Amino acid sequence: MKKKFSHLINWILLIGSTFLVCTFLGIILWDIFSKGAPALSWDFITQYPTNGMTKGGILPAMVGTVLLTFITTLFAVPFGVSCAVYLNEYAKPSLLTNIIRASIRNLAGIPSIIYGLFGLALFVQGLHFGTSVLSAGLTLGLLSLPYIITTTEEALKRIPNSMREATLALGATQFETIKDVILPKALPGILTGVILTLSRAAGETAPILFTGVAFYINGVTTSVNQEFMALPYHLYMLSTQHSAIETVRPLAYATAVVLIILVFMLNTVAFIIRFKYRTQD
Amino acid sequence: MENSKLSAHHVNLYFGKKQVLKNINIDFPKKQVTALIGPSGCGKSTLLRSFNRMHDLSADAKVEGQLMLDDMDLYDKKNSVTDIRRRIGMVFQKPNPLPKSIYENLSYGLNIHNFPKKEIAQLIENALQESYLWDEVKDELKKPAVTLSGGQQQRLCIARAVVLRPEVILMDEPCSALDPISTSKIEELIIKLKKDYTIVIVTHNMQQAQRISDKVAFMYLGELIEFGTCDAIFQHPKQELTKNYVGGHFG
Repeated sequence: MKKKFSHLINWILLIGSTFLVCTFLGIILWDIFSKGAPALSWDFITQYPTNGMTKGGILPAMVGTVLLTFITTLFAVPFGVSCAVYLNEYAKPSLLTNIIRASIRNLAGIPSIIYGLFGLALFVQGLHFGTSVLSAGLTLGLLSLPYIITTTEEALKRIPNSMREATLALGATQFETIKDVILPKALPGILTGVILTLSRAAGETAPILFTGVAFYINGVTTSVNQEFMALPYHLYMLSTQHSAIETVRPLAYATAVVLIILVFMLNTVAFIIRFKYRTQD
Repeated sequence: MENSKLSAHHVNLYFGKKQVLKNINIDFPKKQVTALIGPSGCGKSTLLRSFNRMHDLSADAKVEGQLMLDDMDLYDKKNSVTDIRRRIGMVFQKPNPLPKSIYENLSYGLNIHNFPKKEIAQLIENALQESYLWDEVKDELKKPAVTLSGGQQQRLCIARAVVLRPEVILMDEPCSALDPISTSKIEELIIKLKKDYTIVIVTHNMQQAQRISDKVAFMYLGELIEFGTCDAIFQHPKQELTKNYVGGHFG
């Protein structure tokens, strides 16, 4: 009897906390969508901001964010995947590889504003890339690396050794084995990790603050050495830095909706890849 | 021994500090089936895998002594390991088809070893015929290999080894994951293949060893206890240990 009662309490606590979390998520989404939806229109995503940003759209910010994420991908994915392949397939367990792994884990714990400062020192000033979408993309790339390395390594670890033995026993080199069997088989896992990491990076503000994001530029960023507008920074600016905060509030909410939808779309792609992978097995 | 294809001389193998093989001396005769038997952990798989250098991947494995294919030293630095593995094929305990189509599972090895492109289709058909798989799969060569049954997958793995025309085929308990019908098909296949290949097979199944092997080697705790014809080992074992093991008193 007593046992049954404590079971019930446990169940209520667990269900209760799950509901609580979902409720908060629901409230946030409802709040943002209900306030942002009225300002959302085709013009909003295809026009430049006008009249001191109290009217018009967010096209440059969207283009900026997409371009930024693209540069981040170009930099972080090849390096991150190569690093994971080295750690999981080539490196023999040793003090050195343990140090490398520990460093990568620690990198993941560094606050993103520190990455911003580091990017400012290295890319903007040190390498003279200036405040540009290139500097910001590289900075976000650094931020993404530890996550990409870790998720890729996990994906590689899930490939059973019998797969490696199969091609090695046929006389394939280790490189051929990785290229022809291991990477293709790990690809869905790697892609999922990459996309989730990028969707996080796309919403970051702190690392791009000093490295290239602009309050307003007139025109779309078309070259990597230009400054750019980005959705998260645009949102921050509209909500706290604008002279007529009340007037632009609906635009801020609409920007948030666009950002959430973009991130949600990326996550959906990751979800579809994972689903296809699971049904294949 | 005359007719020896594959041999080990004074082979010791260590994993870290632990010695797994102790002074192994054995000659596997050409175009015959030799079965390695012995209780779990006696080192029979370890010995098998040292011939195609599968231990190269484990950082703490150390091999001493000489392992030879004809008169080629398998651990000589100047011999390429990929070439050795083409000449010494291997079939594993659990079928491990590549995540590719049936056709690609066979063409993979041919491509990495640069077999002429125009011969590949014919070589694949021959290997599938040889492995008694052709009639079952000839209309679905494009299908993923994982859609085959376990027994078919294992025959595909044998075909994948055979297609490279190796001289030796090592088999590490190839039937342990299969049902009796698939097992008997594979045994039939092994007996047919020995016309062209030298086969070394690790098995836990003593009836299987008696059905398919010409020679039998009994190992115990990393040592080779007795090596002789199938008949000698099972009917007239010289060593007390062998007698007890084949008599089912331990294992």
